[in-house]
Amino acid sequence: MIPGHFTYHRPASMADAIKLLSDLGEEARPLAGGHSLIPMMKLRLATPEHLIDLHAVEGLKGIRQEGDNIVIGAMTTQHELLASDVIASSLPILRETALLIADPQVRYRGTIGGNVANGDPGNDMPALMMTLGATYRLEGPDGVREEAAGDFYQGAYFTSLEPGEILTAVSVPAQPPGHGYAYEKLKRKIGDYATAAAAVVLTMSGGKVATCSIGLTNLSETPLLAEDAARAVIGTVLDDASLKRAAEAAITIMSPAGDGRGPVEYRKHVGGIMVERALKRAAARAA
Amino acid sequence: MATQAKKTQVSMKVNGVEVDGLVEPRTLLVHFIRENLQLTGTHIGCETTHCGACTVDIDGLSVKSCTMFAVQADGSEITTIEGIANADGTLSALQEGFRQMHGLQCGFCTPGMITRAHRLLQENPDPTEEEIRFGIAGNLCRCTGYQNIVRAIQYAAAKINGTEFQEAAE
Ligand code: FES
Ligand code: FES
Repeated sequence: MIPGHFTYHRPASMADAIKLLSDLGEEARPLAGGHSLIPMMKLRLATPEHLIDLHAVEGLKGIRQEGDNIVIGAMTTQHELLASDVIASSLPILRETALLIADPQVRYRGTIGGNVANGDPGNDMPALMMTLGATYRLEGPDGVREEAAGDFYQGAYFTSLEPGEILTAVSVPAQPPGHGYAYEKLKRKIGDYATAAAAVVLTMSGGKVATCSIGLTNLSETPLLAEDAARAVIGTVLDDASLKRAAEAAITIMSPAGDGRGPVEYRKHVGGIMVERALKRAAARAA
Repeated sequence: MATQAKKTQVSMKVNGVEVDGLVEPRTLLVHFIRENLQLTGTHIGCETTHCGACTVDIDGLSVKSCTMFAVQADGSEITTIEGIANADGTLSALQEGFRQMHGLQCGFCTPGMITRAHRLLQENPDPTEEEIRFGIAGNLCRCTGYQNIVRAIQYAAAKINGTEFQEAAE
């Protein structure tokens, strides 16, 4: 399993990377951690003629607080997310999710930028970013723009990235102290993509759900925000009836593929269960 | 598609020795290590980033060398299984642990297991059994059922920490 021929570029600045990407056009791909792209290249499902390795580009790594947001450089690895105190205290759901991604070796190399920008419906971070209301920083030949995670995903491996653009950072609103969170992921084995997964962040007030946001992974061509499901639990004490309503509302928007992870009906069924479990666990954690 | 790509010069430090070579950009690091450097201790199992047999240590991180291009490792410091033994050639604590605890049967996964466990113990010198299992989740073994691999790593941790190796109660 040897990839096809390509020319390797290792620009040292963002300006050079963007210039290369726009000059070389369709046949060029940025290379981040490479743990999605290189396996695809070995299978010849991806045959880029040029790889633009982003590892030498200055300023693409790191986690910092900017006002109410946590800004994470695109080349920050899952391993670095796990080691970050800022993430552990302000965005603990990112830590919980990163621990469920692949395995240690992959987490040392795999980056948050690659995970969210690739548009792979199996990746875990995109649904989480939608749940958290994150925005992506996209830099291209025409300058910089910010795009909401919720507007970014258009189909499997199809995003709103324009030709020549590179995703350089994600900006995630820090969650308030006392919020509850959970990422529930059903997988066949450790390291696998989700059969179904649900992300929940919520706040409670007087025993009732005050705010709630629910995201779904690998249950459609794109990550999904289950807005009706979230509405079904706001104002409730998360009794069984409202949990059921939330699961049912989430199931109506799911359209998973029937594949090695199970037939469609099964994946929707367990998708509903992931929603219920994530809601319960998030509520139990909320102060 | 580009038919031929120019070869590039790469140099890196492998097991303490400066090495260099000419590679196509598409040359995977594992092939560079096995074929150019003739260090065949690093194995190729699945070639699909699953099994971890190809694990090496690059700049302090465990990496599946089948999922990285050799050009990307230019300038890095790499430890392969051939660089794990003590400087005087005696077995390292991990190697001794695998031998004492029967941490291998066919041995195919062993180079990856040991290089991975080497990094795990640097990061977490006194791991619990659960931490060991989670820490080697990227390495598959088709023979041992993992029990003795976990014991081997516990043995090594105890030896490095100067504590007594406690055989877990069955
Ligand atoms: S050969 Fe690299 S992970 Fe299996
Ligand atoms: S000892 Fe045979 S694969 Fe592990």
